[in-house]
Amino acid sequence: MCTQAVGLVAAELERQGIATVCLALLRMVAERVRPPRALCVPFPHGYPLGAPGDAVQQHAVLEAALRLLEDPGAVPPVLVDYRE
Amino acid sequence: MATLAELPLSWRVFLRAYRWRRIDPVPWTPLRKPLADCRVALVSSAGFVAPGQAPFDERGRGGDVSFREIPADTDVHTLVDTHRSEVFDHRGMRADPNLTFPIDRLRELAARRRIGAVNHRHLSFMGGITAPGRLVQRTAPEAAQWLAADGVDVALLVPV
Repeated sequence: MCTQAVGLVAAELERQGIATVCLALLRMVAERVRPPRALCVPFPHGYPLGAPGDAVQQHAVLEAALRLLEDPGAVPPVLVDYRE
Repeated sequence: MATLAELPLSWRVFLRAYRWRRIDPVPWTPLRKPLADCRVALVSSAGFVAPGQAPFDERGRGGDVSFREIPADTDVHTLVDTHRSEVFDHRGMRADPNLTFPIDRLRELAARRRIGAVNHRHLSFMGGITAPGRLVQRTAPEAAQWLAADGVDVALLVPV
């Protein structure tokens, strides 16, 4: 449900001129809802950035998300799996 | 990867029949300048509120579609978890709210100039919205208007 909610908010942000990237916890949901750019993370619900207190891992996930924004050849909807 | 198998049976049954809201056509705003020049805001659906703000309300049918403004200078450890859902494990984000609302990480990205600036506010929603009609029609456009008025270039969205 959260993956759907952030995807729908992202769509509205994009309509109003803000580039977005979503993290997604369930690939199946991201495939159906189709947020503009989503990074599918390999973590359980409640842990979208990985492990609590692990700033290095959290930055690695965020960096992967930021790179989706920087791909000039991206075709929407973008759905990429995060690889550790 | 999170899987449906980790959810309670009642949710698995519900989700099997659930009609997901399909975004079509997919709106698209390309990145118009380097990230190092972009103003960035967070949007989290973890149900956090800042001290003194009203909690989210899980009782309404279909979910609470409201959102809260979280000032960017908020100490992330003062955020209050008001997401009542027992569908996910809250322990991680209570121990480290950056896990679902990475305020400190965003500040660090700005400090090392990976991004240009952190917006003066972020937005907090509570997921678990099974009936997203009012979200799509009312509160998501309102949230987008706020961030557009702030001059935000990029938003990073984190579900829970």
